[in-house]
Amino acid sequence: MPGISREEVAHLARLARLELKDEELDHFAGQLDDIIGAVATVSDVADEDVPPTSHPLPLTNVMRPDVVRPGLTPEQALSGAPAQEQQRFKVPQILGED
Amino acid sequence: MTVTELVPYEDALAVYDPVMGLEVHVELGTATKMFCGCSTTLGADANSQTCPTCLGLPGALPVVNATGVESAVRIGLALNCEIAEWCRFARKNYFYPDMPKNFQTSQYDEPIAFNGHLDVQLEDGEVFRVEIERAHMEEDTGKSTHIGGATGRIHGASHSLLDYNRAGIPLIEIVTKPIEGAGERAPEVAKAYVAELRELIKALGVSEARMEMGQMRCDVNLSLRPKGEKTFGTRSETKNVNSLRSVERAARFEIQRHAAVLDAGEKIVQETRHFHEENGSTTSGRVKEEAEDYRYFPEPDLVPVAPSREWVEELRAGLPELPRLRRNRLREEWGISQHEMQSVLNAGAVGLIVATVDAGAPADQARKWWMGELARRANESGTELADLPIGPEDVARVCALVGEGSLNDKLARQTIEGVLDGEGTPDEVVEKRGLKVVSDEGALGTAVDEAIAGNPDIAEKIRGGKVQAAGALVGAVMKATRGQADAARVRELILEKLGVEG
Repeated sequence: MPGISREEVAHLARLARLELKDEELDHFAGQLDDIIGAVATVSDVADEDVPPTSHPLPLTNVMRPDVVRPGLTPEQALSGAPAQEQQRFKVPQILGED
Repeated sequence: MTVTELVPYEDALAVYDPVMGLEVHVELGTATKMFCGCSTTLGADANSQTCPTCLGLPGALPVVNATGVESAVRIGLALNCEIAEWCRFARKNYFYPDMPKNFQTSQYDEPIAFNGHLDVQLEDGEVFRVEIERAHMEEDTGKSTHIGGATGRIHGASHSLLDYNRAGIPLIEIVTKPIEGAGERAPEVAKAYVAELRELIKALGVSEARMEMGQMRCDVNLSLRPKGEKTFGTRSETKNVNSLRSVERAARFEIQRHAAVLDAGEKIVQETRHFHEENGSTTSGRVKEEAEDYRYFPEPDLVPVAPSREWVEELRAGLPELPRLRRNRLREEWGISQHEMQSVLNAGAVGLIVATVDAGAPADQARKWWMGELARRANESGTELADLPIGPEDVARVCALVGEGSLNDKLARQTIEGVLDGEGTPDEVVEKRGLKVVSDEGALGTAVDEAIAGNPDIAEKIRGGKVQAAGALVGAVMKATRGQADAARVRELILEKLGVEG
């Protein structure tokens, strides 16, 4: 039976830069373990003649021609930015934790 | 742990056997990004080439660039790879502001091209086969500017600024299999491989592959094992080595550094290292995240790419002549040595000489100008030959003017100078500077008469049979015509007037 441990949830949270309290870790680890268990039943049902699917539609080769389409102006692009400077997205110190 | 004392290169190679892996990223020259229609033009205003898709805004959906896929297949074919019948994109998840989506769309266990090879020729003509593991499609990241640090580096910065114009530009990552058996020539093989790959990419026309502009970037993975040992040692990964010379230097440095660590009985740390252009050294970067930390999974927003066999064969049939074969063919046609051809290649002059020959110039003349005067000028101004304000047609025209006798070598040089200084086409420069060889027989005859009259002693010697003395009179005429006479014709006239057989 696949599952997920509390340590794995803590590791994932760190990779996603999510700060979780101890009780939150307990809480989410339990929930995620339940979800993974539920999803795993799909594997029980699927027989060997059912290939793994990553997309619901049987499509391939959906492509567009290499032609420029108008995008956003810099003002529009930056309109949702919490902070900006020199027409760029401003982000906090990146290597602060080192 | 710091090791400052490098082991001398020869000593390292006496004990250890280097194994390399090279990862090269090529930015494709498509008009638009890999998964959206944003322009890829260089030098645009910050954040002026973005859209909801490449900014990762909710609900925006990617659609793959057909030319990007075609370029990937062509690169794969040129590298003698198998082309996947069916493959998917994958999300490489990581938390870093250079990708606003928090993942890079890449390919993981289903690359579009795999199992190939590229034969590279070393300077002495030896051919070394580099096996290719895979070539896959992915996208470039945004550009970070770190503010507040002393040197613009990430360390010590107070905050960073992001421009996402580059985020989403198509990249092809080409990964070699472990390169074994190169021994002491490993750094040379690494450089030759990247050089050959660059030529190949240019010949395919899928990218300009200019390393100095980041259109082609190389990571050098290197490990040492004691000679005779089969198992690989622990490797280091030197990132962003961005010139041919640096690739060679980085490999050399890492060989010497690894040897020092191993000789001291210590262990190599598997880590990312930064290369320093100024002194050729590398320093420790971050300890590498595990592949599983990237939590790769199939990209649900893109459907699989399944290149039909007919299309693949069509693309294979349309491949250009491979650069190494083309170079060997040209080398024979031009009648030059392996070494001379290498110089032409290193100077980036192969295409220019071919274009000059195509425009009508003799090969030796074309090569003389590009590898001589023009290479010197490019060197002086620190530019690439191709960026000089003179083109193959101009050089071919100068060669034609020399060929028909309108210009001599000295005047041709001045004409080239004029073109480089922006005075116009070769014909315009000749016109404006009045550079034509004096071919007016009357004017030339007068100048010859004056030279004979002014140097009676020399004239007498020539009459007496000392033909080689004519050189002095030719010099006098050339001086009088300010170098604009055809020296061979002047000599003929002198001998004729003095009644001597040349």
